[in-house]
Amino acid sequence: MDKQIDKQPVIEIKNVWVSYDTQTVLEDINLTVYESDFIGLIGPNGGGKTTLLKALLGLLEPSSGSIRIMGKSVAEGRCHIGYVPQYIEFDRQFPIRVWEVVQMGLLGCRKPFTRLSTAEREVIDYALEQVDMAGLSQRPIGELSGGQRQRVYIARALTSNPQILLLDEPTASVDPQVAGIIYDLLKRINQSVTILMVSHDMNAVSSYVKTIGCLNRRMHYHGSKEVTQEMMNAIYECPIDLIAHGLPHRVLSPHESEGENHA
Amino acid sequence: MLEIFQYGFMRNALAAGVLVSFACGIIGTYVVINRIVFLSGGIAHAAYGGIGLGYFLGINPIIGAIVFSLGASLGMGMVHRKTGERSDTIIGVMWAIGMAIGIIFLDMSPGYKADLMSYLFGSILAVPTSDLIIMLVLNVVILVLVALYYKELQAISFDETFAFVVNVPVNRLYLMLVCLVGLTVVMTMRIVGLIMVIALLTMPPAIAGLFVKDMKRMMGLSILLSILFTFVGLLLSYYLNLTSGATIILVAGVSYFISFMGKNQLRNRKKKTETNTVEA
Repeated sequence: MDKQIDKQPVIEIKNVWVSYDTQTVLEDINLTVYESDFIGLIGPNGGGKTTLLKALLGLLEPSSGSIRIMGKSVAEGRCHIGYVPQYIEFDRQFPIRVWEVVQMGLLGCRKPFTRLSTAEREVIDYALEQVDMAGLSQRPIGELSGGQRQRVYIARALTSNPQILLLDEPTASVDPQVAGIIYDLLKRINQSVTILMVSHDMNAVSSYVKTIGCLNRRMHYHGSKEVTQEMMNAIYECPIDLIAHGLPHRVLSPHESEGENHA
Repeated sequence: MLEIFQYGFMRNALAAGVLVSFACGIIGTYVVINRIVFLSGGIAHAAYGGIGLGYFLGINPIIGAIVFSLGASLGMGMVHRKTGERSDTIIGVMWAIGMAIGIIFLDMSPGYKADLMSYLFGSILAVPTSDLIIMLVLNVVILVLVALYYKELQAISFDETFAFVVNVPVNRLYLMLVCLVGLTVVMTMRIVGLIMVIALLTMPPAIAGLFVKDMKRMMGLSILLSILFTFVGLLLSYYLNLTSGATIILVAGVSYFISFMGKNQLRNRKKKTETNTVEA
């Protein structure tokens, strides 16, 4: 726990409640994210993961409580956030090139109706290089695979030179191999950028992140990578195979020859 | 064949065709990629209220239409942004009310109203020079605003949430866009009539979108297609003695279906060659 002493908090969520109409989605959320953290938030669908991200981005207003980003209000502080949205089915016909998608990350902090400066172009090229997509920069976004598109969205988030990267289910609907590539990439990015990520894919998350939190209306986060039984009970009604976590284990049933050996 | 260019009204018609094609190619591209075709239809019909008001007050109906279409654009645009799912119902209501207001105003206006049908079905052959000047001004406004906000408009069209998060003024830009749609609708109404405004706003970009995946090229190709459709339609209507607006639309419509089928054919052939290569 002493590792946090010399680190600056980048996100401070205090006593945040969020409700839609009469239904409470988030209850008394407290979470402090420190510089260079890599937090994976897991939890069931409908547990409020996406809602929490929306509150952090100012897409919805908490009913009570406060959120500070880099010590500023959400509307100002989100300038320091690079946001990677959940993979969504979109119009594949949409006429936009990879390079133009990445350029979106720069739009907020610059004057409109000006051409991009050379420096800005370099930022975009560099972001594309970081995610290994420089070669496809002139491709229409609809022609990319799910994993490639996810990398483009990460590049887009990186162009604003963010302190924090916020990811919503970055590996939903990509195959496990591609997920591995994306997580490796995030691990590399984490050397300079704080990452907060939500996912329901606990096994994948746990092998890459530094700390894990659980969210099911309430937040269970102890700043460690351990998922306690108490957290699990809070989150899943059904038992989850904690033993398999991080250990090699058998997935397939034994071969018949092995069965004979036993007999 | 070229004798038709000797008539002043024909030259005006062709000029109007070119002017409207620029607006429709550019704004139509946004309409198609943002899927606001229905909203555009609503604006067109609400603008009819302005035509009625123009007659009632004895001013140029186009001015009334511009005022009404801008009002309708702002109203419907805000409804579209704020209410989410059921916005199409409210747009439908405004659509009908705008139209009804126009008819009531016309009932109350004294005098001769023969020109009225020209707003429903278009009157490209009777475009006065004053309307050409209004169109030219509107075109300049559209070109300048789209050039200034090209990146931002592309961003809000593609991923509105992300644009909002990086502090792009999404709401203001969106309302600006629907106002531009409103202005374009008023212009197009002169050519093909308000009932068929949507056709010229959607078909050229829809065809262009089949073949190019770059927004600037999509706009450029839409403009060229739109000019082609109005010219061919105009010539056909002249020689076959048909209603010009409807002929232009049918030319566009036939081209749309041909390109759609042609594109599918191309894709199938491509797939076949791909599978063949894999098998080999």
